[in-house]
Amino acid sequence: MTIYFVQAFIYLVAAVITVPLAKKLGLGSVLGYLIAGVIIGPITGIVGQETITIQHFAEFGVVMMLFLVGLELEPKMLWKMRNRLLGLGGLQVLITTGIFTLIALVFKQPWTVALAIGLIFSLSSTAIVLQTFNEKGLSKTEGGQNAFSVLLMQDIAVIPMLAFIPMLALPELIEAAQQVQSTAEHHEELSLVAGLPTWAYASAILASISGVIVLGHFLSRPLFHYVASSGLREIFVATALLLVVGIAALMSLVGLSPALGTFLAGVVLANSEFRHELESNIEPFKGLLLGLFFITVGAGINFAILNENLVLIISLTLAVMFVKALVLWILAVIFKIKDSNRWLFALSLAQAGEFGFVLLSFTLQNHVIPSGLVSILQLVVALSMFLTPVLFIVFEKVILPRYQASNNQKDFDEIDEQGTVIIAGVGRFGQIVNRLLVANGVKTVVLDHEVSQVENLRKIHIKSYFGDATRPELLHTAGIESAKMLVIAIDNKEEAKELTHYVKHNYPQVKVFARAFDKGHSYELKLAGADYTINETYHSALELGGEAMTNLGFHPFSVEHKKSAFVKTESDASAQLYKQWQHGSEGEKFDPDYRKLFIQLEESMKLAMSADRMDKHSSGERGWTPPPKGYENKFDE
Amino acid sequence: MKNKKILLLFAHPSQHRSEVNAEMFKLATSLDFVTAVDLYAEYPRFNIDIDKEQQRLISHDIVIFQFPLYWYSTPAILKEWQDLVLEYGFAYGTDGEALLDKTFLCAITAGGKKEAYCAQGYNHFNLRELLQPLEQTATLTGMNYLPPFALYSSRSATVENRLDLHLTQWQNLLHALHQDKISSQNTQAMITLNSGYQELLNTNQVTKTTNKEAL
Repeated sequence: MTIYFVQAFIYLVAAVITVPLAKKLGLGSVLGYLIAGVIIGPITGIVGQETITIQHFAEFGVVMMLFLVGLELEPKMLWKMRNRLLGLGGLQVLITTGIFTLIALVFKQPWTVALAIGLIFSLSSTAIVLQTFNEKGLSKTEGGQNAFSVLLMQDIAVIPMLAFIPMLALPELIEAAQQVQSTAEHHEELSLVAGLPTWAYASAILASISGVIVLGHFLSRPLFHYVASSGLREIFVATALLLVVGIAALMSLVGLSPALGTFLAGVVLANSEFRHELESNIEPFKGLLLGLFFITVGAGINFAILNENLVLIISLTLAVMFVKALVLWILAVIFKIKDSNRWLFALSLAQAGEFGFVLLSFTLQNHVIPSGLVSILQLVVALSMFLTPVLFIVFEKVILPRYQASNNQKDFDEIDEQGTVIIAGVGRFGQIVNRLLVANGVKTVVLDHEVSQVENLRKIHIKSYFGDATRPELLHTAGIESAKMLVIAIDNKEEAKELTHYVKHNYPQVKVFARAFDKGHSYELKLAGADYTINETYHSALELGGEAMTNLGFHPFSVEHKKSAFVKTESDASAQLYKQWQHGSEGEKFDPDYRKLFIQLEESMKLAMSADRMDKHSSGERGWTPPPKGYENKFDE
Repeated sequence: MKNKKILLLFAHPSQHRSEVNAEMFKLATSLDFVTAVDLYAEYPRFNIDIDKEQQRLISHDIVIFQFPLYWYSTPAILKEWQDLVLEYGFAYGTDGEALLDKTFLCAITAGGKKEAYCAQGYNHFNLRELLQPLEQTATLTGMNYLPPFALYSSRSATVENRLDLHLTQWQNLLHALHQDKISSQNTQAMITLNSGYQELLNTNQVTKTTNKEAL
């Protein structure tokens, strides 16, 4: 037991120290993990052989990542992107694979090895690129969007690759492995399909896949609904894990890739109201496991090999990046991606990626590529990832300035893309806000922690998600970083206050519009940083009061102006009351001074409504007061 | 020569459709000697703040109403503004001298052709005649009235490439007003400020040269 604690401690310390540092230096978290691994592995030698065992465990992070990739892919969105996905992405994967295969063949590799190498280097790093796009605000650019489609296509292509690579196994490697295995203790892989005839095997596979789709579609909702209504968060997390682990287990049992199964489940659940909640629950596990995976990759880097083959590895890396960038550049020309976007597209995707690592260790397990070559290729993949931040810096400092000069002359777009508005709480209040915004073409993301509420809204085609908006992870998956505004309409007073404080503190650029219960609450929200607050009953009460006056015989137009005089006096008063309230002692915000002021202001309200201003005007209807009688005679004087 | 401060009160209830006025307003906003007020934006519910508006009038020398001509008059909010802000005792009547000696003009866009705005045309009156209620309001409140700065056939101005010229004239006019180069005396006979535009430019040049001589 002790040894596990010590090991976990070492890995965590390495990650905690290097990852934030790497991020600060603009290298991104993936490189941070790799460096952490290099430090505890080859450099200091703190960790040793056990990294291989840990790596197998950490690969589950990849399975989770594909589940999350699937969750992001609504079938509808996939369909919309089909041209760019298949055209741009598909061609990139095919052409790059082809070229690298050819190059490997020229270097006298067997065709199976050459093809595996081609597949591995056709992939780029989703983790590094998307993260850098986000950090540098390039996601919305044309180059960024096209790069995203290519990355998506690559992520999808990984699944058939995982299925296909075992078929490339080299007979002599398998033989060698079998010899080792027969001398060592023989482990029977747990399998449901071992020894079945081909037709039964095929139908077992079909049954499992359709099972995942059908059950995912029909059974998961009632299950999540049941669990969510219990209100126990950790059980919801457990259910999410159960889903991923269960599918991975099922797929392994029938001899399919777990990644494929969870990806499918992700796509099936992409439309579900539980999507954001699932994402935010799985995300931390995925992040940690992937991080662990990268650390083990870093720890596994063999410096002896690097030293021996330094020139070879560096020239291979540069060649890989050059070829990849060239292919992307040509595709960008064909697909009419222009100017700086073409550069961004070609440079950002020129590295090999984390899936390269996954596939490399996968090829090693499946005896496709000899281990000596694998360790060299691993170094090439890692080095190309290390160089990616450099390419982004080149893009920013050298290429962008050249195009900016010409761009500045263009007129600004009339309507720029509306940022998303996140609406937290979609009860009677949030609903109306949402309807108004959506009816006017504003994109909203609606969150509510009441499952039944979300279900009802979905029935009338209002897109909403189950989840507790006060949790940072859920806000993150709902896109708070790029949102323009957060509307808070949740029922819990305290939580509304804390949420306001949290968002204004961490994302000061996001406007917070909050619904308050009463005056005190609205002051608390303002103090927490809310940009706009409104008391939930204020305007409806005002309307009803106005109707009452009209019914009592006041002229409707005069009532309208009494109301607006009321609003004005009230808001002036409110500013004063707020000041007084701020000075009030903690815990007793409504101290005697405040109460006295409130009573005074009620008096001034009455005055404002009734008193004539020095024979001039009553402020209730100022301006329509006729001039004094007899004034017309004065003009002749 | 004293530089004049301009208050531009802009009234356009449908700005996302505006082709001319919005551009004119944008241009005026960029000038630091113009206080440009979008009345419909500031008072979307017509609850005009009388004290604030009176204060604005007091702290400026030139008042411009900018609007598209609606039924030979201003859009509703500008009428509301007049009804509320030009109070007895402020703008007229006993002690009502707040606007004395200020300058007033309208900058308008008219849908009809120029030929329509005359005794023979279907509008029967020229623009200056149609705006007589505003002229008289200016007179009663002691302000110097300038003829309107106008664009006829405004709906086809962009298609016929007349917008740029109009905007240049507008900018020159604002500068000339700021530099106090336009008086009600030398514009008295004009129907619109546009028609005497060349003359205005000339007088500008004259004043410039006299300035130089004075130096």
